[in-house]
Formats: sequence, C-alpha cells, structure tokens
Amino acid sequence: MIEGILIGLSTALSLTNILMVMVGCFAGTIIGMLPGLGPMTAIALMIPITYGFDPSTGLILMAGVYYGAVFGGSTSSILLNAPGIPGTVATAFDGYPMAQQGKAGKALAIAAYSSFAGGTISAIFLLVAAPSLSKVSLAFRSPDYFALMILGLTAISAFSSKGQFLKAMMMVVLGLMLATVGQDSLSDITRFTFNNMNLTDGISFVLIVMATFAMSEALTIIFRGKDPNRAAKQISLTELGSIKVNKEETIKMAKTIPRSSILGFLIGVLPGAGATIASFLAYGMERNYVNEEEKQKFGKGSVHGLSAPETANNAACSGSFVPLLTLGIPGSGTTAVMLGALLGFGIQPGPRLYQTNPEIFWSVIMSMYIGMVVLLILNLPLIPYIARILAVPRNYLIPLILFFSVTGIYLMSFNNFDIFLMIGIAVVATFLRLYDFPMPPLILAFVLGGLMEETLRRSLLISDGSPNFLWDRPITLIILLITITIVGWQIFSTLRKKS
Amino acid sequence: MRISPTKFISLLFLVLSVFYLYTAYNIQVFAFDENAPFNARTFPIYLGWAGIILSSLKIILPEKVTTEVNHKHLDYKSIIYLIIISLVYAAVILKIGYFISTSLFLFASYYFLGERRWGLMFILSFPFVAAFMYLLHGLLNIYLRDPFLKYIGVMG
Repeated sequence: MIEGILIGLSTALSLTNILMVMVGCFAGTIIGMLPGLGPMTAIALMIPITYGFDPSTGLILMAGVYYGAVFGGSTSSILLNAPGIPGTVATAFDGYPMAQQGKAGKALAIAAYSSFAGGTISAIFLLVAAPSLSKVSLAFRSPDYFALMILGLTAISAFSSKGQFLKAMMMVVLGLMLATVGQDSLSDITRFTFNNMNLTDGISFVLIVMATFAMSEALTIIFRGKDPNRAAKQISLTELGSIKVNKEETIKMAKTIPRSSILGFLIGVLPGAGATIASFLAYGMERNYVNEEEKQKFGKGSVHGLSAPETANNAACSGSFVPLLTLGIPGSGTTAVMLGALLGFGIQPGPRLYQTNPEIFWSVIMSMYIGMVVLLILNLPLIPYIARILAVPRNYLIPLILFFSVTGIYLMSFNNFDIFLMIGIAVVATFLRLYDFPMPPLILAFVLGGLMEETLRRSLLISDGSPNFLWDRPITLIILLITITIVGWQIFSTLRKKS
Repeated sequence: MRISPTKFISLLFLVLSVFYLYTAYNIQVFAFDENAPFNARTFPIYLGWAGIILSSLKIILPEKVTTEVNHKHLDYKSIIYLIIISLVYAAVILKIGYFISTSLFLFASYYFLGERRWGLMFILSFPFVAAFMYLLHGLLNIYLRDPFLKYIGVMG
C-alpha cells in the first residue's frame, strides 16, 4: 500500500496535476455555487476539456471539480439559503441563520474546516478500504455483478426521488432503453437505430449527461425564471464578517467532525445513498448527541448543526468512490458521470484497476486529499471574491452553459445530428424535471446498461437460460434480498402514508 | 375527466414502452441465435415489459404526492426563443463554421434573454469564443473543426 501511495503522490504532485486540482476546485466552486447547478453539471462541462489530457490528469481535474462543486454548494446555502445541490440543503439550516446574524464569514470558515476534515478523514478510510475491497471483489462473478447493478439502480431510485419511487424506476428503464440504441456488443446487430447511420454507434454518454444535466438545468432556470419563490436573492458581499473561528467553536467542531465523518463515509459507500442522505442523517444524529442547551440552538445558527452536515457530505463524496474504484459500479449520479469519463479514456474500473492501472487508482485517491488542501488554503480566503459570481446575471450565465454543452458535443463528433439529438433530449428532460422525474437514476442506468446486459448474457448462458443464477450463489442471493427489502420498504412506506 | 400531468407523462411512457417492445420483438437475430438463452432481443424485451409494468402501475395507482406546477410562473417565451436559436445554431454550425455560428448564437441568446449592453454582449461572444478556441486548439491541442477559419487561413 505504501508503494501505491507513493505512486499516487508522485502522479498527483506533478506540476500539471497540482494545477489541474487547483483549476478543478476553483471551477467546481464557481459552478457549484450557482443555484441549480451541481457537481454532475460541473463534471459534465469539464469532460470535453479532459479529452486533451492523459487519464490520470483528466480524473484528477474531475475529482477537484467534484469537491469544489460540493464546497460551492455550501457557499450559496450559507449566503443565500439557496443550496446549489441537495447535499447542502442541511447546511442552510444553521449556516443561513448564522449569516443573517452577520457571521457569514465565520459560517463559511466552519463549513470549509468541516469539509476539509470530513474529506481528509474519509480519504484515509478510502485509502484503507478500497484496496481491501478490491481483493474481496475479485471473487465476484457475473450473476453477483448483475444483482449488484439491480441493487444500485433500485437504491438510487429509492433514495433520490423524494418519495416518488415509481417515477425514478421509470427513469431507470428509460436510461437502460437509451443504452440499448446502436450495435449489440456481441453480435453487432443494430438495434433501435431506424436505419439512421448516426445512431449505429449508440448514443454518446457525454451527450446524455450534457442534455439531461447541463443543458436541461440551464433551460429549467430560464423556464422557472418568473417563479417568485425562485427569484434570485441578493446578498451584501461587504457584510461577510470575519472568517476567524474561536476556541469554543473549534472544540465544538472537534467533537462533531469524527462521528459525522464515519457516518458520512459509510453512507457514501452504500449504492444510491450519498451526500444528501449523509448530511441529513448527520444533522439528525448531531442533534441527538448534543446537550439540551445546544439542542435549542439548532436551526438558529448552531456550530454543531453547521459542522455535521458539511463534514458528512464531503465524507460521503469520498465514500462514493469506493464502489466505483473497487467494483466498477458507481453508487451515485456523480460517480456515474465519472465512470462514463473513465470508460471514455478506455479504462474499465473494477477490482483489477488496482493492479492494472495503479497510478490512476492511487492518484485519484491522493488528489482527493490535495483537493481538500487546495479548497482550504485557496478557496476560503477567496470566498468574498468568488461569491461575486452569485451576482452574475442569468442573461449571461445560461447562454454560456448552453455554449459549453454544445461545444462538448461538437468536439466529439463534428456532426450536427448529435447537437439536434441533445437539444431534443434536453427539452424532454426539462419537462420531466418539472414534474419531479429525477435524472440521476437515468444517468446511472445509461452508464450501467451495457455492462448489465453483458453480465445478464453471461449469467443466462451459464445457467442455460434458467433464472436460477439469481439465487444459486449465496452472495447473489444476499444482494437480491437487500434489493427486495428496499422495494418492500418503499411499498410499505407508501401504504403507511396512505393510511 | 382531468388527467394529471404525471399520469399523462406515464401514459406517454407506456406508449413508448409498447413501441419499444414491438421493435425489440422485431430485431433481426441470426438464425442460429434464434433459440439461444440470450440474444440481441432478450434484454430489450425485458426492458419493454418493465417499462409497461411500471408506467401502468403509475397510471393505475392513486397519486400520494402530486407535483403542482403553476404555468403562469413559467417563462415559455424565453425558452422557446432559446430552443429555436439552439436549433438554428445546430443547423448552421457545419456550414458557416464554429467561430461565427457560436459567436452569433451567444450574441442572440444574450439579446433574447433581455440583455442590451451591446459592448459587453460583443465581448462575451466574438472575443470570448476566439479566446476559448485558442485555449482548446492552441494550448490544449484539442482539434476544433472550422471550415470557415481554415478557408481564410486562420486555422491549419
């Protein structure tokens, strides 16, 4: 492991890669700060830029963007009570009241220190857990992978859909359907192309991400522009206050950070869970832990209440890399985008990545830690200036997002059919979002579609077409039972709401 | 009878799933693969049935959480303009080249979204696209096809 850490450090600490972490954190902070735009959009917009780099550098850039976007989301939560991403909603519970008391600078500093600590602790957990899990996951067979993918898709539908499980499952099926367009990987038979040559190679992953996130989010912001509840709030950037944290507040943070880090990391590892659930659970857990006097301060600017969700959401980000790096199966929409980018580089993440591409495996892990340091020493002092991005009028912002989306697609194919297709999918996605049909399950399903068909093919061929492969191996059966439990729990909670 | 937008979308999804399933059954597979445990049709057929079952459940089951959208608060005019500009942009990008089409697209988008500061609009379109092209093509060595700039000799 020491050797791996050194390989990772030597790659991550090259001048180009340090620069990429800095650029990624900075760009991610700016994009994540804009209400409505989250890490998935930020990473999607960066994909075309990474084409010019080697895989390690590209991934390091994207990891920096990921952390930057999460940090940026906290900034808009604290300053505007307008979370950039769902994972920072809980940050606003105590961050915004603190900002209203004239302590915005302090709230931002607490958020930054907590993020740093949570991210660092969980990066250490990742360092230990990922190689061990890689070894365990070598024992996985096709039926186990197939069951695991079903579990991941079910879990993301259950956890990311605000109680609208069926809608999320429909999006999963739509994502899988889109993944079947083009040539069948084994027989080369074209499917669902309707004799259109442009579809023979299938629909590009970048196109789907750009359409359903970047472009669709830009269109949604314009579409809902007249909604008084979503009107942009203004902040006074001169009233941020001091960013210094006193001794008493440091002690409070020191108590909160370890437990929230552990919780955040464990939640992040689970497929489909991630930063949002981690931050809410950490907030709830912290409220139960503190004494009665502190409990009364929750919702009114509590240090514990701000530190807990911030620590947990960053810890969950690192945790979500565990299934991606060790099993090749992303647990969240954001890591699904990263998986797509990895596949674009010709790298198949999974248990063998640790052996075949150690420099990528370790450099991504080490760059996470460097990203945390960059966020703390670069972004925190710059916050008063970066926060000015919140004042950029949408009249400029939206066309620029559309411009980056179209450029990304144009760079890939130099073909205007793809641009037309992207606009069409973005318009459909905008209407689906309007009625709360979630997009992350669609992305995850689209990314996993090919692999899922492949593992199902192998499983069915081995079992001669019998569905027995689903319960022949204990591990497959356990995964399947967890999936059934999640579905059962969804049905139960729906029935309970009704009664 | 009034059908809710969510159920209407589910109905559209049901129609899509039926069409998908019909197309899946009609995928031409090799004769020797016809009765194999798995062929190019198998997975799409499962998906078609899954789509039909899920959308039917959504249509049949009562809605516990309704999504209300106030259409008076939706800016249809701006979004239609943006979509039309984007479609025109996609249609002309190959003919007039990346630089001119993208700059005009940005300029027109700023205008239709209500911006009237002409100087800023210009800077954030033509020089901005030129700088971006230089970043991609000149610094990052990412090829950006532009027949027009190639014709006038600006790009190699």
